[in-house]
Amino acid sequence: MSMSKIAASGLSLKPSRRARISGLALALSAGLVLSGCASGSDSSTDSAGGSSGDSCDFSSTYPSGAIEFIVPWAAGGGTDSVSRFVGLQLADRLETQVNVVNRDGGGGVIGHTAIANGKADGSVIGMTTVEITMMHWQGLTDLAYEDITPIAQVNSDPSGITVAADAPWETIEDLLDDARANPGDIVGSGTAIGGIWDLARAGMLLEAGMDVNDIRWVPSAGSAPALQELAAGGIDVTFASLAENATMIEAGEARPLAIMGEERDPNYPDVPTLKEVGIDFSMGSWRGVSGPAGMDEDIVAELECQVADIVASDEYVEFMTTAGFGVDGKDTAAFTEFIVNEDEAKGTIMEAAGLTG
Amino acid sequence: MIDNLTQALSMVASWELLLVVLAAGVYGIFIGSIPGLTATLAAALLVPFAFFLDPLPAIASIITMSVMAIFAGDIPSALVRMPGTPASAAYVEDSYRLTQNGRGALALGVGLVASASGGIFGGLVLIVAAPQLAKVALLFTSYEYFWVAILGLTAAVIISRGSQVKGTVALLIGLFVSTIGLDISVGFPRFTFGSTDLLGGINFIPAMIGLFGLSQVLRNVIHPPEKALPIRIESKGLLRNAFSTLFQYKKTAVGGNVIGSAIGTLPGAGGDIAAWVAYAVTKNGAKEGKQFGSGKGHIQPIVGASSANNAGVGSAYIPTLVFGIPGDTITAILLGVLLVKGIQPGPSLFDSQAPLLYSIFIVFIAANILMLPLGYLAIRSSGMLLRVPGSVLMPIIVAFCVVGSFSINNGLLEVLIMLIFGILGYLLEQAKFPLAPVVLGLVLGPIVEKNFMQSVIKTEWDLTQFLTRPMSAALMILTIIVLLYPLLQKVVGKLLRRRQL
Repeated sequence: MSMSKIAASGLSLKPSRRARISGLALALSAGLVLSGCASGSDSSTDSAGGSSGDSCDFSSTYPSGAIEFIVPWAAGGGTDSVSRFVGLQLADRLETQVNVVNRDGGGGVIGHTAIANGKADGSVIGMTTVEITMMHWQGLTDLAYEDITPIAQVNSDPSGITVAADAPWETIEDLLDDARANPGDIVGSGTAIGGIWDLARAGMLLEAGMDVNDIRWVPSAGSAPALQELAAGGIDVTFASLAENATMIEAGEARPLAIMGEERDPNYPDVPTLKEVGIDFSMGSWRGVSGPAGMDEDIVAELECQVADIVASDEYVEFMTTAGFGVDGKDTAAFTEFIVNEDEAKGTIMEAAGLTG
Repeated sequence: MIDNLTQALSMVASWELLLVVLAAGVYGIFIGSIPGLTATLAAALLVPFAFFLDPLPAIASIITMSVMAIFAGDIPSALVRMPGTPASAAYVEDSYRLTQNGRGALALGVGLVASASGGIFGGLVLIVAAPQLAKVALLFTSYEYFWVAILGLTAAVIISRGSQVKGTVALLIGLFVSTIGLDISVGFPRFTFGSTDLLGGINFIPAMIGLFGLSQVLRNVIHPPEKALPIRIESKGLLRNAFSTLFQYKKTAVGGNVIGSAIGTLPGAGGDIAAWVAYAVTKNGAKEGKQFGSGKGHIQPIVGASSANNAGVGSAYIPTLVFGIPGDTITAILLGVLLVKGIQPGPSLFDSQAPLLYSIFIVFIAANILMLPLGYLAIRSSGMLLRVPGSVLMPIIVAFCVVGSFSINNGLLEVLIMLIFGILGYLLEQAKFPLAPVVLGLVLGPIVEKNFMQSVIKTEWDLTQFLTRPMSAALMILTIIVLLYPLLQKVVGKLLRRRQL
């Protein structure tokens, strides 16, 4: 690597690195200066309720202090980096402190519960992920979308189907034909059993008229360890978004066969969708900002407007494209309807696949 | 490689990092030289600070702190006959007897230069071996990871000191606690009693802070240590004498380095165990070995064991960085800090984070060089270090335990976990149960379980793959050798004695 390249890569790293540092700094102040925030000694919010000339200022009293932004997944992951970006932008726009806090564990149950249990005055919001429509079907928790207020969707990524470079299957049809001929010989991985990518597998097989165990599922802690198993020959196929597989695909060690989106991914124009090969099925992960149930309409409207502005901004599109994530914005009404439909669809697949608890 | 190195150098050459390293060095020497406060405790108390630093300074602070603390553990051994850290326990008798006979400066000086040379040797082993092992590890699947973790569990119990039954019980406690929470393979909640908080399981960092931090405070308060007056030592010509003595026993030093590095590389066995093994080997190999630990004290076992414990500190990072399986309790904490920072150790780290790794290597060497001046100052001011009153120290430790466990998740559950494990740690130590196996059970339990479940689901419960994959079989044989270590030791010992007769 030449010196200029080093400089360039250093530059491109900067936003996310800075985001993490300030995130940590914010977490620090959240941890150590709790009393300071509670006593309302914020000097930055002299114009309470955000800046006056703001087109999004639907609530005159919001925000009145620091906002806690809960991430139900671990630091360093995809949801974490998107949340930190959105959290920083929100802090800028609302002119208040936004503390991005990871509440990791329990397959997302802990963090989503923390969002739902927060005060419904807009001081606690967070990044909900697709798991909110799955975990209650699995019997892990009673918590479901009724316990949160959806505010705005910010992203979605369709599932990809990826095999090792030297695998015998050239197309998705090859893979499915082989699975039909030799049920259970092919094993896939990408999440825990009953996780989003497991559902993608099960849903695809069911839609193709196959048995749900024609391609078996090996649990893994996520798409990265599953990819390592794929490279080492431990499994045959991974189900995960292509962004998560990008480094291996670019290195020529893995080959995408198809994606489960509505249309092709502009980054992988040669990879067909399932619909193109006659399987009318799409599934993916998604992320959106939500708060606890029962939030004031004005506060929801203000946050909806701010998040929509962030999603529409060039910085956001650039950040997401660089990281390989899909930009998918939906307003409160559309996001709420989407979650209701998702919940029903997930329940149907999980019941058919025997994953309900 | 050259590019990575230049990038690494520019990462290391920052004022922030140098300050962190210097402060961590002083802190390590301070904690290490106070009897009962271990290097693991020092690492646990660093956690809240490490969270607010960038990844590299955070890692650098833990590295620098631990190499300093392991050396500084020698100081109270020599002055008041109490090892500062368990890693110095093997040769405490020799150190103290040398001091009583007016050769304390030599004992500490040799400990210092042997520690520094051992640390550099261990660092070089890390630099050479880790990237090579990472290439092998790229071929690892769940079978191999299963065996590496089992090897760690075995080493944690078998090579440790004292009763292996008690070690096993301690390990089982850790393994049990690790099963609390959502089962990672099939998503079934275990021992959660319907609590949402427990679904995430018991985080091992607050558990370790309690086990090693709070339990030590409880012990100090309930059984206040007797006041021991340190013997004054003359530090003139200390380093020169030390270097010439080290040169005189260069074979012992090299032996200690090799043993320390080898033991440290084993997952689950670090500097403490390395020192004991090196002491035993030096003793068996020396003419007056039988007199070690008696009479006027001997310098040779200090050379062997003191270089081994610091070599073990360096090589313990090999399994940690390559497999994500901690080499000892200090690297277990480091692992937790890395995960919080979003860095997943494993073979892919050697591709994706090469500059960071090279920076870690540079810090290792630099910290061991820095040990010479800092250690020299510590020896000169050692009397003062030992007079810090417990009534000042203990409340500070409690405060850091609380802040540290809170900062992990901004939650009170972690503080509660810390408190429970503090009491558990105190009770276990009173009953002479070792604490390290608890931690290793807690950290390695999920790794063993996850990889076992993956393996059997892959093959539909065909267990032969654990034996027939070549690398899997090799790791299994290594595990069996470690398991039979006590037996082998006896047999070899008998054979040696028979030859001498």
